[in-house]
Amino acid sequence: MRIAPNSLFGPVEDVAGQAGHGEHPPRMGFFTDTSICIGCKACEVACKEWNGVPEDGMNLLGMSMDNTGGLGASSWRHVAFIEQPRRLAGSDAGIAGLPVGPSGAQATAAIVESALRRAPRGGGELGTSAFAPDHVPEVPVAEGPERMDFRWLMLSDVCKHCTHAGCLDVCPTGALVRSEFGTVVVQQDICNGCGYCVSACPFGVIDRRPGDGRAHKCTLCYDRLRGGLEPACAKACPTDSIQYGELDVLRDRATARLETLRERGVVEARLYGEDPRDGVGGFGAFFLLLDEPAVYGLPNAPVVASRDLPAMWKAAGVAALGLFAAALSAFMEPREP
Amino acid sequence: MGSNMAEAHPVGFQWVMEAKEKGATVIHVDPRFTRTSALCDLHVPLRAGSDICFLGGVVNYIFEHDLAFRDYVAAYTNASFIVHRDFADTEDLDGLFSGYDEATASYDRSSWQYEHEGDGGTLAEPSAREHAAGHSHGSGGARLEGGSGPIRRDPTLEHPRCVYQLVKRHFARYTPEMVAEVCGTPLEQFLKVCAAWTSASGRERTAAVVYAVGWTQHTTGAQLIRTAAIIQLLLGNMGRPGGGIMAMRGHASIQGSTDIPTLFNLLPGYLPMPSVETGRDLATYLEAVTADRQKGFWRNADAYFVSLLKEYFGERASAENDFGFDWLPRTSGDHGTYRSVMDMVDGKVFGYFLLGQNPAIGSAHGRLQRLGLANLDWLVVRDLTMIESATFFLDAPEVATGEIVPGACRTEVFFFPAAAHTEKAGTFTQTQRMVQWRDQAVEPTGDQRSELWFFYHLGRKIKALVADSAEERDEPLRALWWDYAVVGDEPQADDVLRRINGSDEHTGRLLEGYGELKADGSTSCGCWIYSGVFAGGVNQAARRTPASAEDPYALAWGWAWPANRRILYNRASADPSGRPWSATKACVWWDEERQEWVGRDVPDFEKSKAPSYVAPPNAVGPEALDGDDPFIMQADGKGWLMAPNGLEDGPLPTHYEPHESPVRNALYAQQANPTRRVYPRADNPSNPAPPERHGEVFPFVLTTARLTEHHTAGAMSRTLSYLAELQPALTVEVSPELARLRHLEHLGFAHVITSRAAIEARVVVTDRMVPLVVQDEVVHQVWMPYHFGARGLVTGDAVNDLFGISLDPNVFIQETKAATCDIRPGRRPSGNALAELLARYRARAGITTETGARFDTAVAPGGAAGERRP
Repeated sequence: MRIAPNSLFGPVEDVAGQAGHGEHPPRMGFFTDTSICIGCKACEVACKEWNGVPEDGMNLLGMSMDNTGGLGASSWRHVAFIEQPRRLAGSDAGIAGLPVGPSGAQATAAIVESALRRAPRGGGELGTSAFAPDHVPEVPVAEGPERMDFRWLMLSDVCKHCTHAGCLDVCPTGALVRSEFGTVVVQQDICNGCGYCVSACPFGVIDRRPGDGRAHKCTLCYDRLRGGLEPACAKACPTDSIQYGELDVLRDRATARLETLRERGVVEARLYGEDPRDGVGGFGAFFLLLDEPAVYGLPNAPVVASRDLPAMWKAAGVAALGLFAAALSAFMEPREP
Repeated sequence: MGSNMAEAHPVGFQWVMEAKEKGATVIHVDPRFTRTSALCDLHVPLRAGSDICFLGGVVNYIFEHDLAFRDYVAAYTNASFIVHRDFADTEDLDGLFSGYDEATASYDRSSWQYEHEGDGGTLAEPSAREHAAGHSHGSGGARLEGGSGPIRRDPTLEHPRCVYQLVKRHFARYTPEMVAEVCGTPLEQFLKVCAAWTSASGRERTAAVVYAVGWTQHTTGAQLIRTAAIIQLLLGNMGRPGGGIMAMRGHASIQGSTDIPTLFNLLPGYLPMPSVETGRDLATYLEAVTADRQKGFWRNADAYFVSLLKEYFGERASAENDFGFDWLPRTSGDHGTYRSVMDMVDGKVFGYFLLGQNPAIGSAHGRLQRLGLANLDWLVVRDLTMIESATFFLDAPEVATGEIVPGACRTEVFFFPAAAHTEKAGTFTQTQRMVQWRDQAVEPTGDQRSELWFFYHLGRKIKALVADSAEERDEPLRALWWDYAVVGDEPQADDVLRRINGSDEHTGRLLEGYGELKADGSTSCGCWIYSGVFAGGVNQAARRTPASAEDPYALAWGWAWPANRRILYNRASADPSGRPWSATKACVWWDEERQEWVGRDVPDFEKSKAPSYVAPPNAVGPEALDGDDPFIMQADGKGWLMAPNGLEDGPLPTHYEPHESPVRNALYAQQANPTRRVYPRADNPSNPAPPERHGEVFPFVLTTARLTEHHTAGAMSRTLSYLAELQPALTVEVSPELARLRHLEHLGFAHVITSRAAIEARVVVTDRMVPLVVQDEVVHQVWMPYHFGARGLVTGDAVNDLFGISLDPNVFIQETKAATCDIRPGRRPSGNALAELLARYRARAGITTETGARFDTAVAPGGAAGERRP
């Protein structure tokens, strides 16, 4: 079997072709521009409606306006809300001069964290998904005793449809496949619920559904794509914060958008996951953020677990050779008289 | 302002985001930092209920810095008109205008009128002064005493009694410092708003205002919107592209439900309902509507009204019987929803229909609503889901207190499941007056039926019941024309739309527009402003040609009343000579060659009336409109900076404190709107407000709004898992400062208390809430969403239980956007303990039925008269 270059790590020119699709459409994906997200959650609802994803628990989490908590088997879109006592470039929250004290964000976050742990939520009891401590948004502490400013960041998170998808790499049944659109899709009729994909995802996206046991995640609305429609979330997004299209086109658009925002003085704007040289070979669904990824509960430098496979095989090979030599030498050694 | 557009109208908010991308500055003035604020250039906090002061401050800023669009103001507004010498302003009477009568809490408006050439300064005839309640005017067609006769004017705008000078003087004390003191808005923030707003003015630039129920649900709601209108007129932002004042509606097609109304005081097309005074006969009614020498298209109301009667009664309507005028009911006062509820409690109402409304949760003073529902003979509820207003006799909080006993409740409830909008054909009318047709997507299931089906068959059955009746009272029903096209048993919505469009009674031809309507009975029309929606026999509302580069107005997408005009009063987009104010803001203009108005939009002006046209001296109606009178529905053709008629509570907006406020009015001795509707009853207590004592018992400002994730009273969202899980509990938002003050913990329980109710909610401590400094005191605000109730997948206490009934005097809307409250940690008690808690609070605050019922507050209670400043 011939292994294509960069099949486990690094940029890939034709991700669908590499997966064995002959004639295939261009790679499709999402560009989620958080600078125009209004946090309406229409994406969450449209996704569930179209894909028949079940309810994910009636839990008041109190993470600002977020009661979803994170992505999981029954939440394929998740809108994160981050309240910060600092200024968003180019805007004015109107707090200066008011009789305010310290920010409440710090105390709130601590309570939210425990609420998150208590919440009986799909996948939670499997020890996966968004309930790991590193997924609780960081809350920067106000510098002075009084909060001087405020900003409210919103982000609609989704499966990244990685170029090198850890979930797909480790799936032993072939349930996870690369589609002709370059997206990563789980076939529920093949999934045996082993859960390897869950720990292989650097973002905590994919998860098993309680009572079902199989892995579920965003399909980028594979059925809609086949029918020439855009995914439900992008269709429902009123401000076009979620844009669907050819990945190359989206990357160009995102670069231009970043430039525009920077020109307007929004210096904190940055792209996340658009670079094919990153730890997962670039996202099929990438983002424009207004702060560090970690602030949104995203890993700053995600790395596909299978990146180290070649090195591991090499190491394993050396180890095996060593063992073989040792074993051989055992036979070669003259026996004690 | 008064709108949380990104959360309550997210789909429409895409256009705001698009404007921002194109360089527009977007400002959000709101008590809370919301999802709207997060996307705006500037968020400006203010105290709930202080909006008129804020906007009045902008008016003052315009005058102080001479920033009005002078050419526009002089030509298109009533700025130059001279007001009667007997007029006295709030500056003269410390918060009251001339003509106030405390006994009736109302104004005689005769001294607010214009002076006419040659009338020698005498006031209008007594007949013109008869008290016409604000709700009785119908549309903007407030008649003008003296009609279109030559109004005395001063084009230099220098006369001390010209409208321009009166407005300037009225707002002179609304300084930035006063705004900061009353609203709690930091001075610098306020000045930023003034600078941005006034810079979007003049020939090249415009500004648009968006509001919603954050403005309307006040005892000063109508005047609040008037203040914005004054600013927009002064800045030349009315009738121009990118200008105007946009009302964000509370539901799909709420605009439609006022156009073809479900209101007691209006007939379709904003024609007033006949009252016992105006309803003597057709001539009396029409005289009252059109007035003698009135300018403008409202003068043709006879054609609109007679055509409506022809639509109602068909061949039974003739000139001999006043076209069936006597078959219409007459109003005898306020029959609005709140009056009706109190009448229900008092046993004066026997039956009630609730259609798509859940007053047990969604209306102010939930307890009174439920007690009213529990005191009927019968109640018909039509809704998508089983709502609290249908099950109140089982699960109302009053069942726990023993006030409603399930087995003994006398009301018989009939519940009819309703078809959803996807299950029926029909139209929606949105805020821009655009009528959009939609087809049926799926058949309704089970017993679900369309509203049209329900009313058609109800009417049919009632008509059958009275078909052989000899009773005179049944004659209106017998005369009613009720022969709509039906397929299967479903009446056809497009046939109804044809009847609304109107037709020629002789030929049956569908009319092209309201210009064809006649007062002689030869035309019929269900709603004159909708005439033309079926022009050419084509359902114009069903058109779907999107905007293209050549046609930014998308004139072939849907149909906007009147006459498919997208911008009302767009004659004002051109200068008095008919040329666009600027190339970038061109909308319609006068084509000298063709001798007609042309442009991108449908001109809102008589097509061939030249800008230079001057009406002959004794002209009336449209003929009396000059070529530079753009406001063609107004009795003088001008935009009203000052409203000589049409409003109950003054010709100019004035800052009054809300009915319940923690502070004394800093501007006048008059504390609250002196004409607001209050109902001093034991079951409708008010929290005390200065100058009454003990306001400190309810020290915080309470305001409510919606969440994106839920819809109004919750019947359409609490019942759906995908929405309910997104906001699964009733919350109360407080600032970290208030949380510290009252020992409230994030996600812990708290209860909010007023003199009416105590309800519990989970606490959300957030930096989005901020305390303000008002008159040197720190004022905290408390916010709650009002979507919760006893039923559904997620439940919670009804927030509207906290409010009492106090109403705007013009439109009878309740004040649910500003009240006072207390908040305490922990859950509320229930049953008798709850009643005791409320009784203790009322006792501490010294509340009686007199509390909040005094109108004129210039005189301290028990104090000597004459405290009013000269």
